[in-house]
Amino acid sequence: MTHAERAALFAAEPGRSAWHDEALWSVRQRRDEAVRALPEWGRLVELAGQLKAHTLARLPDYLEQFESEATARGAVVHWAKDAAEHNRIVLGLLEERRVERVAKSKSMLTEECGLNPYLEARGIEVIDTDLGERIVQLRNEAPSHIVLPAIHLKRTEIGALFHEHLGTPAGESEPAALVAAARQDLRRRFLSAQAGITGVNFGIAETGGIVVCTNEGNADLGTSLPPLHIASMGIEKLIPRLADLSVFLRLLARSATGQPITAYTSHFHGPRPDAELHIVLVDNGRSALRAREAVREALHCIRCGACMNTCPVFRYGGGHAYGATIPGPIGSVLEPAKHPQHHASLPFACSGCGACGGVCPVGIDLPQQLQSLRAESGPQRGAMGLRAMSFAMRGRRRYALATGVMRLAQRLLPRLVIERMARGWTRDRALPQAARESFRSWWQKQERGR
Amino acid sequence: MSRESILAALRQSEPPDPGLPEIEGRWQHFDDRATRFAAALEGAGGRCIRVPARPRIAAELQGLEAFRQARRRASVVDGLGDPNVSLGDLDDPRRLADVGFALLPGSLAVAESGAVWVDASDYLHRAVLFLPEHLGLVVRVPDLVDTLHQAYERIRFEGVGFGCFLAGPSKTADIEQALVIGAHGARSVTVFLVGRS
Repeated sequence: MTHAERAALFAAEPGRSAWHDEALWSVRQRRDEAVRALPEWGRLVELAGQLKAHTLARLPDYLEQFESEATARGAVVHWAKDAAEHNRIVLGLLEERRVERVAKSKSMLTEECGLNPYLEARGIEVIDTDLGERIVQLRNEAPSHIVLPAIHLKRTEIGALFHEHLGTPAGESEPAALVAAARQDLRRRFLSAQAGITGVNFGIAETGGIVVCTNEGNADLGTSLPPLHIASMGIEKLIPRLADLSVFLRLLARSATGQPITAYTSHFHGPRPDAELHIVLVDNGRSALRAREAVREALHCIRCGACMNTCPVFRYGGGHAYGATIPGPIGSVLEPAKHPQHHASLPFACSGCGACGGVCPVGIDLPQQLQSLRAESGPQRGAMGLRAMSFAMRGRRRYALATGVMRLAQRLLPRLVIERMARGWTRDRALPQAARESFRSWWQKQERGR
Repeated sequence: MSRESILAALRQSEPPDPGLPEIEGRWQHFDDRATRFAAALEGAGGRCIRVPARPRIAAELQGLEAFRQARRRASVVDGLGDPNVSLGDLDDPRRLADVGFALLPGSLAVAESGAVWVDASDYLHRAVLFLPEHLGLVVRVPDLVDTLHQAYERIRFEGVGFGCFLAGPSKTADIEQALVIGAHGARSVTVFLVGRS
């Protein structure tokens, strides 16, 4: 299925699209308020872009530095070239320690690698502990958004889900009551987990430390109780120095939810006493992406989700329409760049409005990248019409002739015929009625009348 | 080995390097950091109680229902917090699960965001930051900084360590964007800000 086909499924339920749009737009507005309150925003974006570009340029050196510093502090660093190797490494670590129950916190990388189904198929119970991720896990779904995994669901749907799985009273859909039930259930699971798996927001080359940001504290509970912490980290998550965090942390939560900082920002340097910390560095297509100039910048992404909250196509079509681990504008660059055969329709899930580029906290030129991916995929369906339009707009007489014919056609032909010609454009909206007269001819009359 | 093949693949291309920038800028500044900190902390769902001197905290704690009702209490702040759970005696951090209140020292705090830096590098169980139902944090006014930029000038990691910025209680908005306090970690965070500004 293409993005457009899946988005149509999401939009088929009356009211769903508008409701989803409103929810995400409120997040976007909170982001705007937070950004307006910070006069140095532009400077931070500039620094973040430069830091990421520099790190990417020197990535192999920084990775080696990170490895040696992390090792010096007692962490064990592993390298995985792809998802399969990542999953094998994690499984090996768990099996060696006879781990049967894992508490996992949010990690888009482990989603990308398909870690949960891989471990579950081998008899290991994996509990997602971020509330949104837990909700979609119980529904056997993927997250629809990288920061707000269950944003596509209404409270009544979550209430019904919790009634079935957590035994909350039927019809209970009050968020506070549902969160309390989840807290109770997940506490028990935190206390019985034998290992914790987390993602990594930032890896620090200078110190060999890793930083994980959450609002719920789930990554922290998941790693402060059991004797094993496995952190899965994409190689692009590196930053050079500890002090660089001050730039990225000021940008991240403001862009994601409008908060100045997340409730928990944990800095791990080596393992807890009597415990182990394993860091798995994952390539999985990133080195290839880095070699391609047109899409390289997409590796600067810090996964705040602002481009999704802003994108009209995402807001109306939902995150699942992308059929990819990372949805939205950034996913529409990353996913087809990695797997062009699976995600060919994603660069076209774009109205060309450019809003995503304006909100990106690390200054990724998403509109430009999407355009270059569209260009790479060659001529498209509907290209004939565009070529005709391009021809007509390239000369005054041609333009006057073409618009004259169209004006006449709209008046003379039955509406159904016109709408057929306009294809999908008229499915959810009426074709505007063209003025009876062109502006040019109206203007000429005015001039003559003077 | 994948390590070598990944590094070799990365070394095959050389993206342009804009250089490593200095973290310089005209950052936000607050004439009254304490007031700004208290406001930011409240925005994050926490509460700030200002006390002129440290001994006063004991009385303020008695005024907190969360503290009075906690049957098991832990403290990492010398002479305060009335602890009846000793972290050093616990062999398993899971035994902190029924701690109702924990009092911890914050070594610095950030006015712009209400975040308090807790350095748990020397803690036997860092779970004491995350498992107790309610948290109290003690911060001195001179340890307030404007923004994270000044904070990271002070933060150091020598050897093995763990530190965390705590900004208010645990929270989630994963159900229809409705903010709910007390997702997994502390249900409330009270910061005792010691000293005059």
